[in-house]
Amino acid sequence: MSLQGKVALVTGATRGIGRAIALSLGEQGATVIGTATSENGAAAISEYLQSAGIQGKGMVLNVTQENAIDDVVTAIESEFAAPDILVNNAGITRDNLLMRMKDEEWDDIINTNLTPIFKLSKRCVRAMTKARWGRIINITSVVGVMGNAGQTNYAAAKAGVIGFSKSLAREVGARGITVNSVAPGFIDTDMTSGLPEAHKTALLEQVPVKRLGEAEEIAAAVSFLASPLAGYITGETLHVNGGMYMN
Amino acid sequence: MSDIEARVKEIVVEQLGVNADEVTADASFIDDLGADSLDTVELVMALEEAFECEIPDEEAEKITTVKEAVAYINSVQS
Repeated sequence: MSLQGKVALVTGATRGIGRAIALSLGEQGATVIGTATSENGAAAISEYLQSAGIQGKGMVLNVTQENAIDDVVTAIESEFAAPDILVNNAGITRDNLLMRMKDEEWDDIINTNLTPIFKLSKRCVRAMTKARWGRIINITSVVGVMGNAGQTNYAAAKAGVIGFSKSLAREVGARGITVNSVAPGFIDTDMTSGLPEAHKTALLEQVPVKRLGEAEEIAAAVSFLASPLAGYITGETLHVNGGMYMN
Repeated sequence: MSDIEARVKEIVVEQLGVNADEVTADASFIDDLGADSLDTVELVMALEEAFECEIPDEEAEKITTVKEAVAYINSVQS
């Protein structure tokens, strides 16, 4: 139980990759706070954590809402302790060809997938600095590195996450805080289940492992980076994509 | 030496890992005491905690010595 006594904050933990990450960190002994955008989602998180015997709970966090981030972290600090591990996982897609992309589709992605990473990291890094220990793990995407037609907005935000992580890693490395990114390829979640079958088949042809990834396989990478033994890895992007992209 | 000055010096010694005799009233955190920019941010955080005040970023930038820190804290506490 290498994360015993640590408090982990995982955004977007209702389902898919976020849920798998929350469970995986909890299995390592961390107290886990998972966030959802709705009360129902938060209740579902509390329930799956409890049935897995993990300490912690679900909380409502709409990352785009003014002051919401500060309020949630303050609540975590008073009920548990300041987060030692921050996993920025919450994300959405608003796919469209650039020539058809509306300003709102661009803004939604930047406001949900990029800006909250800045705000949450800033809110959490003070306590980590004082503790001389911290882990910030940002979920990016293979799309942020390779590009993908129809996802200029998503790719820009995800590439932004990588640049952010590398810069922050340089700022806080001397304080025992590591900042890394995990870049999933095509993972079997709600986000990819909406893709047309023909598109999926074409995608899998580019994946040497010849299958979609499992959310648990992303969670394993996150848990590794969160562990004390990963303290010499920082500013890195760990690709988990079945060989679709090799760095 | 005022109580505030003594406490500020104590915090500087602790945060920057320097000897107490180096921490004169006019010693610059960065030029004389070897602090980097992150050290100065942490120092301000420690001062905020010790004196239960919030130091806005634009004020924090102006605090570069013990003397300036003491003056600022005096100004908000009076």
